[in-house]
Amino acid sequence: MINLIFLTTLLPLLGFLFNGLLGRKIKNAFPDAIGENIIGWIGSSTVGISFLIVLGAFIQTIGLPAEERSNTVNLFSWLSVGGIQIKFAYLVDQLSLTMSLIVTGVGFLIHVYSIGYMRDDKSFWRFFAYLNLFIFAMMNLILGDNFLVLFLGWEGVGLCSYLLIGFWYDRKFEKGTTSQAAKKAFVVNRIGDFGFLLGLFLIYVTFDSLIFKEVFSKASTFPIAESTFGLIALFLFIGATGKSAQIPLFVWLPDAMAGPTPVSALIHAATMVTAGVYMVSRASIIFASAPAVMTIVAIVGLMTAIVAASIGLVQNDIKKVLAYSTVSQLGYMFLAAGVGAFSASIFHVMTHAFFKALLFLGAGSVIHGMHHEQNIQKYGGLKKYMPKTYLTFFIACLAISGVPGLSGFFSKDEILWNAYSNGGFVFWLIGAVTAMLTAFYMFRLLSLTFYGTERFNHHHFHPHESPGVMTIPLIILALLSVIGGYIGLPKVFAGEHGNLFELWLEPIYAPAITKLEMFGAHSHLEELLLMAISVAAALSAIYFALRVYREKPHIAEKISNRFKGLYNLLLNKYFVDEVYEAGVVQPIQKISEKFLWHIFDVKFIDGIVNGVASLVDKSSGVIRKVQTGIAQSYAVIMMVGIAIVLLWLIISL
Amino acid sequence: MSTIPIEYYLILSAFMFCVGVAGVLLRRNAIVVFMCIELMLNSANLTLVTFSSYLGNSIGQVFVFFVMTVAAAEAAVGLAIIIAIFRNKKTVNIDEINIFKW
Repeated sequence: MINLIFLTTLLPLLGFLFNGLLGRKIKNAFPDAIGENIIGWIGSSTVGISFLIVLGAFIQTIGLPAEERSNTVNLFSWLSVGGIQIKFAYLVDQLSLTMSLIVTGVGFLIHVYSIGYMRDDKSFWRFFAYLNLFIFAMMNLILGDNFLVLFLGWEGVGLCSYLLIGFWYDRKFEKGTTSQAAKKAFVVNRIGDFGFLLGLFLIYVTFDSLIFKEVFSKASTFPIAESTFGLIALFLFIGATGKSAQIPLFVWLPDAMAGPTPVSALIHAATMVTAGVYMVSRASIIFASAPAVMTIVAIVGLMTAIVAASIGLVQNDIKKVLAYSTVSQLGYMFLAAGVGAFSASIFHVMTHAFFKALLFLGAGSVIHGMHHEQNIQKYGGLKKYMPKTYLTFFIACLAISGVPGLSGFFSKDEILWNAYSNGGFVFWLIGAVTAMLTAFYMFRLLSLTFYGTERFNHHHFHPHESPGVMTIPLIILALLSVIGGYIGLPKVFAGEHGNLFELWLEPIYAPAITKLEMFGAHSHLEELLLMAISVAAALSAIYFALRVYREKPHIAEKISNRFKGLYNLLLNKYFVDEVYEAGVVQPIQKISEKFLWHIFDVKFIDGIVNGVASLVDKSSGVIRKVQTGIAQSYAVIMMVGIAIVLLWLIISL
Repeated sequence: MSTIPIEYYLILSAFMFCVGVAGVLLRRNAIVVFMCIELMLNSANLTLVTFSSYLGNSIGQVFVFFVMTVAAAEAAVGLAIIIAIFRNKKTVNIDEINIFKW
C-alpha cells in the first residue's frame, strides 16, 4: 500500500477535474437532488478511498521494524536545471502518515457532511471540486519528500483557501464582501510565504539540497553556524505564522469564516492551518539547532494562545468564537513545538482536528437549522430541537476544555507539562490560564446556544435537526474526540511502555531531541499536581460559565458594563485590524498613490519613456534634412562610397 | 587591328565611362542624364569586346548583344518614365523633381 500512496493525491485531483468540468452538466442532467448526490458522493469517495489507502500504508508501516518505517516513493523527475535535480517524490513515514490519516479521515467526514450542508446551493458542484483540489494540495504538502513539493502543496492549499473563503462571492460579510475576506487571507498569507521562500533559498544555499533526508542529516552532522540555523528557522517560522494564523499574521483567520462552514471546519480548523505546525515539526532538527528561535516560537505561540482566547470570550458570532478558539489552540501547538515537545504538538494537531472539526460542523448544523443566523445572542434553548447536534457539541466542548478522560485533556496536559518542565513556570501559568479561558468561552457558547430561554423569533425561525448525512459525521467525530486521546496516554498513566504516540513519532524527532538535551528530571507527583490544578481551573471555569449564561444572564451584562473599557477592547479584537489598517495598509496605499503613482510612475517612469521618444523625434528631425529628395545627390554619395572602397582595396593590395 | 595596343581601347573605354559618370552626377536635364547612362553602358560594352578579341574568346561579344538588348528595353521604359514625369511636372530638370523625401 505504501507504493500506492500516489493515489491519495491522484484520486482527489481526478475528482476535482471530474466535478469541475462535468459537475454543472451532471447537476442539470438529473432531476432534484440526484445530481447533487452523484457529485457529492464522487467527491467524498475519492477522499474516502484515499483514506483507506493511507490506512493500508499505515498498517503496513506499523508492521515494519522501527528503523525501516521511513519510505520514499519516487514518482518522476520534476525539475532538472543545471545542478538542481528535484524529484517529485513522496516520503511515507510516521509523521506524514499521521497527518495523512487526519487529513483524509476528517476530510472524508467533512465531505460527506457537506452533501447535506450545501444542499440546493447553486454552485454545489464547484464546492466539491474545490474541496477535492484542497485535499490534493494538502496531501502534497504532507507527503512531499522535499521542500519544493511541500511548497507546492503550501501554495495550493492557500489558493483553495482563497477560493473557498470567497465561495459565496455574491454575499455580504460583516462590513464588506466575502471576496474581501478571501483577498485578506491571500495577501496576509503571501507575507508569510515570502518568509518561507527566503527560508527555502537559505536552506538550498546552506545545504545544497532541498530533500528532507539530505538536509536534515547534514543539519545534524555538518558544522554550521548557529546564526545560519537561526535565520533559516526564523524565516520558516514566519511562513508558519502566516499559514497557521499566529501573531502577528493571525488577522486573516477570523475573516476566513466568510466561507461555508464545512470549509471552516476542514481548512481553517482541522487541516490547512496546522500546516505550519507540521512544517516546524518536520524541520525539528533545524529549529532545535537554533535555541533562540525556539524560544521565539514558544513565546509567539503562548501570546497567540492567550490573546486569541481572551478575544473569544466576548464574541457573539458562533463561528467567530470558534475561529479565535482555533487561533488559540494553534498557539498551543506552537508553544509545544517551541519547548521541544514536537510530538505533543502533533498530538494536539490530531485531537484538535477531531474536536474542532466537530465544533465547526456542529455550529454548521445549528446555522443550517437556524436559516443562516449566526449570532449566538439570537439562539437559546436549541437543545430540544437538535438533540444529536447538542450532544456531539457538548462532547466537543468537554474535549476542548480539557475535561479528564477526553482527547483534549491528554494533548493539552502533555503540552502544559512540557511547557512547565522545559519552559518554566510562567509558560505553564499562561498556558493554564488560556485553558481556563478556553473552557469558559466554550461553555458560554454552549449555554447561549443550547440552554436558556429561546431568544429567536418563532415566526421566522423553525429550528430543526439536520439530516443523517450531517449528523452521522458528527457522531463519528464525537466518538473520535472521546477516544482519540488514548493513543497518547502520558507516561504517568500508561506506565512501563510510555506514551504510544510519542514512541511512534520518536524516530522523526530523535536528532532534534538529542540536540536539545533537556527533559530534566521531574517527579510524577509534580506532573499530577499541575494536572490537577489545570483541571480544577477548567472545571471551575465551566461551572462559572454555565451558572452565568444558563441561569443568570444578567450577571454577564453587569460584568460587561462594569469593565466597559476592557469589554470593548476584547469585543473589537484589541483593535488589531484597525491598527494594521492605520499602520500598514493606509501608509502603503498613501505611498503607492502619492509617491509611487503620482511621482515615481508619472514623473520618473513615464519621463524616461517619453524622454526617449522625444529624443528620437528631435534628433531625427535634424537628420532627415540629409534626405534632399534629389536623386543626383544620392548618386554622388554612392559614387564617393564606391571610390573610397576601391581606393581602400587598391591600397590594401 | 593588331597594331593598336589593348591599352588604347581600355583608356578610351575608361574615359567614356568617366564622361558618363560626370554627366549622370552633374547634368540637370533628365534626357542628358539618360544618354550618359547609355554612354556608361557602351563603355562597358567596349571593354567586353576588347577583351573578347584580345583573348580570342567569343563569350564577351555574345555578352555585348545581351547588354544591347537590355539597354534597348531599358531605353524604352526610361524614356516612357521621363515623358510621364514631363506630363505631370512640365519639366525634366531632375533637381526640380525632389519629391523623393520625407
